[in-house]
Amino acid sequence: MGLDVYLNVVVAVVLTGLVYGLMALGLSVIFGVVRVVNFAHGEMMSIAMYIAVVLFAALRLDPLVMLVPIAAAMFVFGYALQARLINPFITRPESSQFLLLVAVAIIIVNTLLIIFGPDAQTIQTSYAYDSFQLGPLIVDATKLYAGAAAILVTCVLFAFFRFSPIGKAIRACADNYTGALVVGLDVNRLYALTFGIGAACVGAAGVMMTLIVDVTPLIGPTYTLLAFVIVITGGLGSMPGALLGGLLIGLTEALAGLLFVPSAKSMFAFAILVLVLLFRPQGILGKSAS
Amino acid sequence: MTRTRMLPNRRHLLAGAAATAAAVAAPAIVRAQSGPLKVGVILPRSGFEAGIGQDCQRGVDVTPAILKSLGLPELTIMNGDTESNVDTAREHAEKLISDGAQILMGAFDSGQTTAVAQVAEQKGIPLVINIGSAPEITEQGYKFVVRNFPTVPMLLNDELAEQKDVFDIAGVAPKTAVFMHVNDLFGTGMSKGIHGLMPKYNLPYTILDEIAYDPAARDLSVEVTKAKATNAEILLVVGRLNDAMLLTRELVKQRWTPQAIFSMGPGWYENQYAKTLGKLSDGPISLVPWYDPNKKLAKALLAEFAKVFPDLNMNTNHVYTFEGLLIIADAYKRAGSTDPKALAEALHATNIVDNVSIGPGIKFDAKGQNVGLKCGAVQNRDGKQVTVAPKEAANAKLEWPMKSYQDRA
Amino acid sequence: MIASLVGDLSPRFAILLLLLLAALLIAPWVVNGYLLTVLIVILYFAYTGQAWNIMMGFAGQLSLGHAIYAGLGAYIAAVLFTRYGIGPWLGFLAAIPVAAACGAIIGFLAFRFGVAGVYFAILTIAFAEFARIGFDHFDFVNASAGLFLPVAQYTHNDLWRLRGSPTMFYYVMLAATVLVSILCRSLLRCRMGYFWLAIREDEQAALAAGIDTFRYKMYAVMISAAVTSFGGVFYAFFYNNLYPENVFNVSRSIEIILGPFIGGLGTLFGPIVGAFLVTGLAESVTSAMTAFGVDLPGAKQVFYGICLLLVIVALPEGVWPPLARRLGLTETSR
Repeated sequence: MGLDVYLNVVVAVVLTGLVYGLMALGLSVIFGVVRVVNFAHGEMMSIAMYIAVVLFAALRLDPLVMLVPIAAAMFVFGYALQARLINPFITRPESSQFLLLVAVAIIIVNTLLIIFGPDAQTIQTSYAYDSFQLGPLIVDATKLYAGAAAILVTCVLFAFFRFSPIGKAIRACADNYTGALVVGLDVNRLYALTFGIGAACVGAAGVMMTLIVDVTPLIGPTYTLLAFVIVITGGLGSMPGALLGGLLIGLTEALAGLLFVPSAKSMFAFAILVLVLLFRPQGILGKSAS
Repeated sequence: MTRTRMLPNRRHLLAGAAATAAAVAAPAIVRAQSGPLKVGVILPRSGFEAGIGQDCQRGVDVTPAILKSLGLPELTIMNGDTESNVDTAREHAEKLISDGAQILMGAFDSGQTTAVAQVAEQKGIPLVINIGSAPEITEQGYKFVVRNFPTVPMLLNDELAEQKDVFDIAGVAPKTAVFMHVNDLFGTGMSKGIHGLMPKYNLPYTILDEIAYDPAARDLSVEVTKAKATNAEILLVVGRLNDAMLLTRELVKQRWTPQAIFSMGPGWYENQYAKTLGKLSDGPISLVPWYDPNKKLAKALLAEFAKVFPDLNMNTNHVYTFEGLLIIADAYKRAGSTDPKALAEALHATNIVDNVSIGPGIKFDAKGQNVGLKCGAVQNRDGKQVTVAPKEAANAKLEWPMKSYQDRA
Repeated sequence: MIASLVGDLSPRFAILLLLLLAALLIAPWVVNGYLLTVLIVILYFAYTGQAWNIMMGFAGQLSLGHAIYAGLGAYIAAVLFTRYGIGPWLGFLAAIPVAAACGAIIGFLAFRFGVAGVYFAILTIAFAEFARIGFDHFDFVNASAGLFLPVAQYTHNDLWRLRGSPTMFYYVMLAATVLVSILCRSLLRCRMGYFWLAIREDEQAALAAGIDTFRYKMYAVMISAAVTSFGGVFYAFFYNNLYPENVFNVSRSIEIILGPFIGGLGTLFGPIVGAFLVTGLAESVTSAMTAFGVDLPGAKQVFYGICLLLVIVALPEGVWPPLARRLGLTETSR
């Protein structure tokens, strides 16, 4: 296989990897700050995807245009979910949190099944089949736009956490819970905010995903698992880590698919996960656990 | 007819006793000896195969009018859901029987069908398999199970034969092919068998590369890149609806149109494929069990289907589900009673020549398998399917090669 | 031995237990085929839930990939039967060391490298997925085309080859569940059981007290894995077809843990109560929907999820501990 094949694959993977990274970012924020095992992460993303599908069918607006309102809606959803349902579970053992979110995930998946049915839904934008050709390189238009949007949103998030007072407060909570309390931060509100931000992240990623994949009610669980693999590999609590994890996992799977049997490519991602868990549990860019 | 009732469990310790008490209190099941035959239709209506189960249901929906016009007895349909799960398939098959079903039909998925078949055989209730291709099911020596659908070996042989037909009609002999398949029962079965069988049918091509992909894959760009890199003349594919759509989109985006796409499984002829892809859906040839558009009953069924589902094309799921019920009604008429043993005997004696699917008709061998079923080659055209082979079932001319994706508006 | 096992149960508890056992013993003669199948499924989950509980409830390690042990048991027994004609009981004997070794590997990797809590859970998922994809490509067991066990006959009960009527399978599962519960109880009462309690409550303190936590955690994992594998053997011979996609799936792992969670982690009766509740609830909803003529695929799972949610939110210890207190039964396993 010539170099152009590898080039095409790498470019495609990098672009999709950025979107996966954004999705994982949402989880990293939630897991890193609120320390809740959000096993309904992928399912939340599927909600955002369906909202995009419905709005597209009704209003014919490009999903990227609808990004902000949908992310905002997901923020509200996440905020409410955390404040109402999840908050009491923060002090409970992780296993209880996990099961709570599993129940939430079951409800989400099957409600979507009832409302939308099992058939795959797609968003066919005018550029859905476009590609740009640069010599041997053919770049999928939808992936290019999705990847660009992912970078943009990540930069915004990064700026938020770095420079805004709320962002700093959230990071303080993550670093030192008791310290944050002592300093007088309203931790519960910050937790709800963080969950909301995480949900908005995953909502934005979902909107971008609709450009690339078809939506069915059952895609949620796969993405939940993927998000965890990426977050752990890249490093909990590290934003660049989530993106890096997304790229790395995507690249591993793609190269494995190219060189070996594509249907077994996930094994490589899991192998990396195991290696990371054993030898560098804080992830590639994560901080060492205290 | 009476039904068992399941009382809600309040005292958990006595949960077992409560269930027992409930069952004891409820009168014993009485199989009605008169009235319409109760047919338990068990399909994956929820879970990951929900789309297919619900599509098969459409085949059930168009049946009553046709049965009436043929003078066949009325059937009472009881619905069961396997939830795309082997345990639940078994439970709900038992439930249908406990609730009075006198004959079962199902279940599309081979694993779930195996579970249902075991229940049927143990309880002495006949099962008509509408769709389900694992060969083992009819190798168990069951007396109560019949299958009106080809097995994987039958499908493979037939589909290769049809490929040859298509090549002969088009007057072409492509030298190279790339074979993509989903890594599931069907795909793996085809992959294992194809190499051994190719010489038997004098197929002109060599398979340059075989690319297996994950059924849950959301992104097939790498796989298509690999396939494109082989520069093969034709693409052979075994997949499902979702990958059919994904693959096609990738083919468009990566700017590769093979001379022909031969699909040896479901997906490419399904309604959602045409609806989603529009003009981009035309061209691929599906080698599948199909209806014979020249048969009288097929025409009647098509008309009824068009009436009930005007926006949909009739496909394999609908045809074979209908035929399953046709077989049941026909056997019921001949048996003259709802007794399961009589029904089983009548089933084995089935001989329906005026059916819908391609082939000489419906007849079961000693193992309960209809070995006469034939596949057709159907090509997507203008959002519908036309049959291009075999000759007796053809109703249109083959289009070869496929029109380039980049040239379609 | 019996006395030590039941010695500290109140007479009330003992009587209720006996009543339950009696009810379960006569069940096949009074219930219809459907309810019998449901009971078999309930017992299957009670059994695997108890086995899982050894790792979680007793040693505090959350395993979300327990399907791998059941899957290994299923495939080993199935392959030995289909290729060499070896019966399921010997197949189980062969599966025990393999499952225990698998558990040992996972345990070793986790405990030596300090992988705990959620990370351990994700590690177990990774291994189960690895097994799933691996078996999906493993031609010796027919890969994704599925492994079918030949069903020779139904007419008489062949216990040695596990071929026969559902009633036979029911009693096998009932016996297995009773035995595993007795096993759990004896494990809890023995020295190791107290070490596990210490580890679960505060591992650092246990270490400080001189307990070799690594060794005992490994024991918990290995025993749990080996016991779970029988569930797989049963599954293979009851359903007679195995697909890696089904057998090693994450949803199977989650099914296994629902019972113990709902019933009560770490308790002896939790998994059993939980299994009855979980499966009973699911099937009750199905029956109710059928009775009311509601045909809405997915509605049952939504309702089911909501019930799950309510139990998790309102009953943090699970259903059994508050129930036991209400009924005035002593439960000494905590």
